[in-house]
Amino acid sequence: MTGQFVRLAETERPEIGFTLDGMKLTALAGDTVLTAVLMQRRAVRRSEFGDGPRAGFCLMGACQDCWIGDVDGRRFRACSTLVTDGMALVTLP
Amino acid sequence: MTPDIVIVGGGLVGCSAALHLARAGRRPLLLEVGRIGAAASGVNFGGVRVQGRALFELPLALRSRAIWDNLVDIVGTDCEYRRSGHLRLAKTPADLDAVAAYAEKVRPAGLDLEVIDGAEIRRRHPAFNATLAGATWSAGDGQANPRLAGPAFARAARAAGAEIRDNAKVVAIEPVAAGFAVATADGQRVTVPQVINSAGAWAPDLAASLGDAAPGRAIYPNMVVTEPLPPLISCSLGTYGNGVYLRQVERGNVVFGMGRGRLAAPDRAVPSAETSLAAMAEAAWLLPRLAHAHVIRTWTGIEGELADGQPVIGPSPRHQGLFHAFGLSGHGFQLAPAIGAVLAELATAGSSPTPLDGFSITRFTAG
Amino acid sequence: MTAVIIVGAGPAGMAAALTLVEAGLRPIVVDEAQRAGGQIFRRPPPGFTRPPAALYGADAAAATRLHLAFDALGDRIDYRPQTLVWAVEPDAVHLQGPQGRVRLDRGPLLLATGATDRLLPVDGWTKPGVFSLGGSQVALKAQGVAIGRRVAFCGTGPLLYLVAYQYAKAGAEVAAVLDTSAFGDGIRALPLLAADPAKLARGIYYLGWLRAHGVPVHHGVRPLTVHGESVTGLTWRDAGRRLNETRCDALALGFGLRSETQLADLAGVPFRFDPIRRQYLPDIDQDGRAPAGAVYLAGDGAAVRGAAAAETAGRLAALALAADLGRPVDTAARDALRGRMARFERFARGLDAAFPFPVDLLDTATDDTLLCRCEAVTVGTMRHAVGELGAEDVNRAKAFVRPGMGRCQGRMCGLATSELHARLRGLPPDQAGRLRGQAPVKPVPLA
Repeated sequence: MTGQFVRLAETERPEIGFTLDGMKLTALAGDTVLTAVLMQRRAVRRSEFGDGPRAGFCLMGACQDCWIGDVDGRRFRACSTLVTDGMALVTLP
Repeated sequence: MTPDIVIVGGGLVGCSAALHLARAGRRPLLLEVGRIGAAASGVNFGGVRVQGRALFELPLALRSRAIWDNLVDIVGTDCEYRRSGHLRLAKTPADLDAVAAYAEKVRPAGLDLEVIDGAEIRRRHPAFNATLAGATWSAGDGQANPRLAGPAFARAARAAGAEIRDNAKVVAIEPVAAGFAVATADGQRVTVPQVINSAGAWAPDLAASLGDAAPGRAIYPNMVVTEPLPPLISCSLGTYGNGVYLRQVERGNVVFGMGRGRLAAPDRAVPSAETSLAAMAEAAWLLPRLAHAHVIRTWTGIEGELADGQPVIGPSPRHQGLFHAFGLSGHGFQLAPAIGAVLAELATAGSSPTPLDGFSITRFTAG
Repeated sequence: MTAVIIVGAGPAGMAAALTLVEAGLRPIVVDEAQRAGGQIFRRPPPGFTRPPAALYGADAAAATRLHLAFDALGDRIDYRPQTLVWAVEPDAVHLQGPQGRVRLDRGPLLLATGATDRLLPVDGWTKPGVFSLGGSQVALKAQGVAIGRRVAFCGTGPLLYLVAYQYAKAGAEVAAVLDTSAFGDGIRALPLLAADPAKLARGIYYLGWLRAHGVPVHHGVRPLTVHGESVTGLTWRDAGRRLNETRCDALALGFGLRSETQLADLAGVPFRFDPIRRQYLPDIDQDGRAPAGAVYLAGDGAAVRGAAAAETAGRLAALALAADLGRPVDTAARDALRGRMARFERFARGLDAAFPFPVDLLDTATDDTLLCRCEAVTVGTMRHAVGELGAEDVNRAKAFVRPGMGRCQGRMCGLATSELHARLRGLPPDQAGRLRGQAPVKPVPLA
């Protein structure tokens, strides 16, 4: 699957593993959750109101369009949360 | 067109009165100090609930239920009203005894409530806190969007011929030979034979200026809403005592309230962070799956409460042609459509088929 | 004495903290980010290696100076990173952060809350692959990523050219720069822009560089529709009203910046309409002082003027605060800062003239275009709210049909909603009113 984002720099960071909806994926240490997901996919969530997929928008914690969850039921903004090794992400709801 | 009755206050009560008066062939002029339906009518929880009310309120509340059930026919839009049912939760066995006794008491008045024990609650609502002692279930109750109701009644009233003015502050009402001279802040003056005082939190002062006393104060119910969530609960609910009340709107947001906000400036109330946090903790206790959900907004507004927590509805004992309807004391949204209908009857026929015993303003002065 | 609370650690907040420490105070500095810098001087997470020159370009020296000075403050400030101020009350400030929820007694409050992109809805702008222009810059600066393989930049403002230039320099394919402003707007603004010749020269350089490297640059553009389920292209009209399509897999969209003002609202600061920036802004004096409540504002959160102005404003507001607390203030230094602010304001007005907010886009937007991203409210629904439901102002429109009622509280759609409301009624934009701020200013978990 082709992701939305493309790495242009800072590619020498260590690799870490996480899962998204059960699928094993890798990211680089220091990636935000949004970067980690959008390196693999083109969306992070679907609008609650049926108008389609969303992939975040502002990347600075303002638009609230990149909420994602984890297997423990926590919810966080993908753009302002760093991905950590072993993180088990689930798309909402 | 010369008005023959002035309604002071464009909340849901005033707008419903305007609608019913206009449809009865009267020429109401409604004067609202701010925006139509934007004060208590517009910022309340949106509960449309008969259960839990005092016995003497039930005839009026059941009449209002009939209006809510036929809202589309009456005002042309449903105001997101849903007959979703309402649960009144009991946290302890003693609370369950109390709500069950209430169910027995109101049955003869035509309010059918089902008493549910803790096991049945857990079976029907597995998402709820497992320690609840029980509840009473009112299938005929519901919920609506308060922001839409007042303006919808106002539009229907206008279409029926009522004159409705917002940003129109009434500064004085003076009894004169022909009735009442009503003066507004923009310098206009109109004389009408009848006046309805439905000015919400500002109504007691207006009543007092005409010699009718009802001890009241302003309250600021503190409301909280979450982000849109998957379906969790389809009915509206409250907690026996002064606990949290909560509903999930069809779009998924969970709306809940508990406690009070505060006044930040004259006529401007703000929610209290401390109150919101307490309500959030209570909501998360009641529905543990809410714990990780996010609150996106809190709000409050100004509502009028009277000393005994019950409204005043009916004629002034002092002035022929003056009618009061205020002090809805935080539980008026459901009642308001019927109050408007009753006021129209009082102003046109002099009486209403709906018993109003218990609502008279004279209860504060008699004896 | 109750501690001074600074909200925000961008250029304004950092400079304010430095100035207050110089005045002998120990402010609490609350900031949402992991590291101080704000958006403009945002620092990548630990482990990233690009030097400041690569991250901040011409501003690298200023960014580094502020970063180092702020980091050197150590425990002379009470610094609370990764912390959100979610409510301001008459007597308290409420935080949500690594320590959970914390209530602070409200002392003097210095708000340096910054800005976000100023946006207008474009058909399809919620599709994956469309990002705000500022967000596109953040992707590159803080993560080393581009928002797509082939990126189109649409909107207006100096950032449009800067970010396109940065993307191209970093190796991304820039499909086009589509500026809604007419070339003549820039020419007419030159006398005002001359207030900062170096900045003006840089802007002209980016434009020339992009052209020299074969990037199509168009002026007077009107974007029409974003295509694809995820972005595959953008159709737009050129200045001659001819239809064009740019193929791309990502679109950066932004029409200038808007101030973040929710906390000022909760703090009780009065607002006035700024006709240049077309936004209700906190009504403050020339030093950033609000009329009451010991509230001070600085930086883009008070009025958008850019990073250098934000640093100056942060110092100025901190001096005002210190003076109000009875601390001695160097009035000559203060007067010099005031003089600089006047030049920054002149330049900001030049930018607004060169890159006007193309609100006419709202007149031609289709009914199906989403206006409010959070609540999925369409332009057509808003037209219905104003036309049929009679919504008298934006808060009434919000009450009736929900624009601005969602998670972001109108940060993305609020100005567009006001502009649309006003245009539907044929009134100037201030007549639509402004969306009220409400706690929590950003979502907070229930438990």
